[in-house]
Amino acid sequence: MAMLALPSDGGAKNGEVLGLKRTLISRRGVHPHEAGGGKRETGTKPIERAARPSVVAIPLTQHIGASCKPLVKPGDKVLLGQKIGEPDGFMSVAVHASVSGVVKGIQPRTLPGGQRADAIVIESDGLDQWDPSLKGADDLRDPAKLIAMIREAGIVGMGGAAFPTHVKLSVPKDRPIDYMILNGAECEPYLSCDHRVMLEETEEALDGLEIAAGIVGAKRKVVGIELNKPDAIEAMRKAAEGKGIEVRALKTKYPQGGERQMIEALTGRQVVSGKLPMDAGCVVINVSTAAAISRAIRKGLPIVERVVTVAGAVKEPKNLRVRIGVDIESVIEQAGGAIEGANKIVLGGPMMGLSGYNPNTPITKCIGGVLVMVDRGKADRPRGNCIRCGKCVAACPAGLMPLDLYALSNKEFYERARDERSLADCIECGCCDYVCPSKLPIVHFIRVAKHAVTRK
Amino acid sequence: MEHNGLRRVSSSPHIRAEHTIASMMLEVVIALVPAAAAAVYFFGWRALIIMSVSVASSVAWEWVYNRIAKKPQTIGDLSAVVTGLLLAFNLPVTVPVLIPIIGSFLAIVLVKQFFGGIGANFLNPALAARAILMVSWVGYMTGSAFSAAVRGVEMVAATTSATTAATGAVDAVTAATPLAMAGNYSLVQLFVGQCAGSLGEVSKLALLVGGIYLIVRRIISWKVPVLMIATVFVAKWISSGSVNDALYAILSGGLFLGAFFMATDYATSPVTSTGRIIMGVGCGVLTFVIRELSPMPEGVSYAILIMNLAVPLIDRYTKPRVYGEVKRHA
Repeated sequence: MAMLALPSDGGAKNGEVLGLKRTLISRRGVHPHEAGGGKRETGTKPIERAARPSVVAIPLTQHIGASCKPLVKPGDKVLLGQKIGEPDGFMSVAVHASVSGVVKGIQPRTLPGGQRADAIVIESDGLDQWDPSLKGADDLRDPAKLIAMIREAGIVGMGGAAFPTHVKLSVPKDRPIDYMILNGAECEPYLSCDHRVMLEETEEALDGLEIAAGIVGAKRKVVGIELNKPDAIEAMRKAAEGKGIEVRALKTKYPQGGERQMIEALTGRQVVSGKLPMDAGCVVINVSTAAAISRAIRKGLPIVERVVTVAGAVKEPKNLRVRIGVDIESVIEQAGGAIEGANKIVLGGPMMGLSGYNPNTPITKCIGGVLVMVDRGKADRPRGNCIRCGKCVAACPAGLMPLDLYALSNKEFYERARDERSLADCIECGCCDYVCPSKLPIVHFIRVAKHAVTRK
Repeated sequence: MEHNGLRRVSSSPHIRAEHTIASMMLEVVIALVPAAAAAVYFFGWRALIIMSVSVASSVAWEWVYNRIAKKPQTIGDLSAVVTGLLLAFNLPVTVPVLIPIIGSFLAIVLVKQFFGGIGANFLNPALAARAILMVSWVGYMTGSAFSAAVRGVEMVAATTSATTAATGAVDAVTAATPLAMAGNYSLVQLFVGQCAGSLGEVSKLALLVGGIYLIVRRIISWKVPVLMIATVFVAKWISSGSVNDALYAILSGGLFLGAFFMATDYATSPVTSTGRIIMGVGCGVLTFVIRELSPMPEGVSYAILIMNLAVPLIDRYTKPRVYGEVKRHA
């Protein structure tokens, strides 16, 4: 059977908070601190529009799946929102020009994940002329058509996973969907882009949820938001009135916004190991993704910009609406630049984000945060022995024994890690690493082990 | 912008909790302070000397071992301080100063460092050292060693010497143990610490304060100490039919010291939630069995040492349920 019925402690432990049903995370997790400026700092700051870039580099791969085929060549004039990369295969989505101007070339760029890949470089003409052919849907009844539009609009999971949204919404007929879930947890410290989207694009986010729910034929529509964003809960609850959408407050605990964790917290169900959320009757989309769906269906607009939280060791932490393809260096500059002593850029949140070592790396659709950090290296990670304190076991939301995975990987017993300690079920959320008093790089060693077993 | 300064690359997560091994060990030391103070109060300044020697020699042995073995220096993690203090807590106040020095060598070098240092030892260092000292220097570790005057309880010495005279030297070893003498005290005396015993075990009040501190600060789980004490209580209650006897059973001897500070030792206790339940109950059952059925004076330390040996097995069979895992035999 695809889904597991769980005892009641997995589901809704209800308490009345803000007049709403409050749901606890069902398993473990941590409370990460926010040293040097976190949510409180940027969460109250309205989204600012970033300066129009003079040049952008649009990577042909901004999603999990096959790279796009370029539709333009150097010298071509392009319009804002014009499709410049054609999806190649089902697990691929289109990319679009985020400025109007002239294509300068197709050049390699370092992507947020560290890999080098081709990007279409466009010099802006400063006019931001929209592609006039972009049109919204006039009929919302044909799911196949809507899914095609979502794919054409280049929509991927904007919460960080970059999983093509049309794939998520393409649910086979034999999988009834009970819950369409809008993920507004934003459990990563520092980040507040989703928080601001819920406050400033409330209607669009809920509209996206309704469209997606219609596509998959979901019986219930639920929004999950962490309790540390009471204003967003309030705004969403008001906007959701009369729409048959439940807005539920979730305990503030990382990784509450993890897809599988959120499903368990809201529905009491678990997604079976190795299966997809749809197998448990659930589809989850992020709030920014939902707002993008709404714009794509109503107005035909593709993703050409997104909200990014710029925080950490920068002079003026803020939320910026930036064009896709802008280099991270200019984004940091617009937040006042890095504070002296900072030595690391993190793309995404501090728990799961990637190190961005190249200032020329373009912002892609799934990057919700540009964090500047101070990493003291060895001083922060003395790497002593594992003292078997058990904190990692207590923190692991996947129910694993991280200390064993670390030890097995360290000794290169990768197969044993896979066969005896459920290596593949690690979601790499970083809770174990975060709580380890010996500062062991547990997640890194788990990644090494995962890589080793898949390579063979 | 100064880009060269922003090129550090590391694997996520990029933030970490502030606690370290040293900060957690410091919490344990803080939690041991009330019991150490009680030891000085009840046994006098000699208690302080024994504790100081034990701590200093523990740290020194670890330092020396790391130097000789050419290992990174680890004395800064404060675990040797904890081991030294706990070893002293297990000694009677009358021991010669050489005993804690030998004991700390056994604990630190033989039991801990030889097996890979902190986290890698499979027996509780302080308890293993105590067990070796017990069989090596019986006279220093048991019997009349405990009859030293305890502040406010003159009758202890009198009772004990009377027993010794009456039963002869061999029996005195077993008869004149703190546990056997427990009946000489009121429950309140036992709780506060006005009783004979090794340095750190007498004041259950002080140990309880320290233990609660560790639980509140999330350094230890409540499961092991609470279940160990509760198991001894229930077992005695059932076997004797008397709540009073059960209270005497939990307040006498080293049960509180063992339950809060020894059975919870990270390296030698289970890491899983279910495993900790088994550890607590197992230590309690073994303590009761050894106390009731063996000629040994006290069961706490052997109970914990035996359970230490079962820890790898306990962890293996109490793995938490993995998220999304399907039962094989549904």
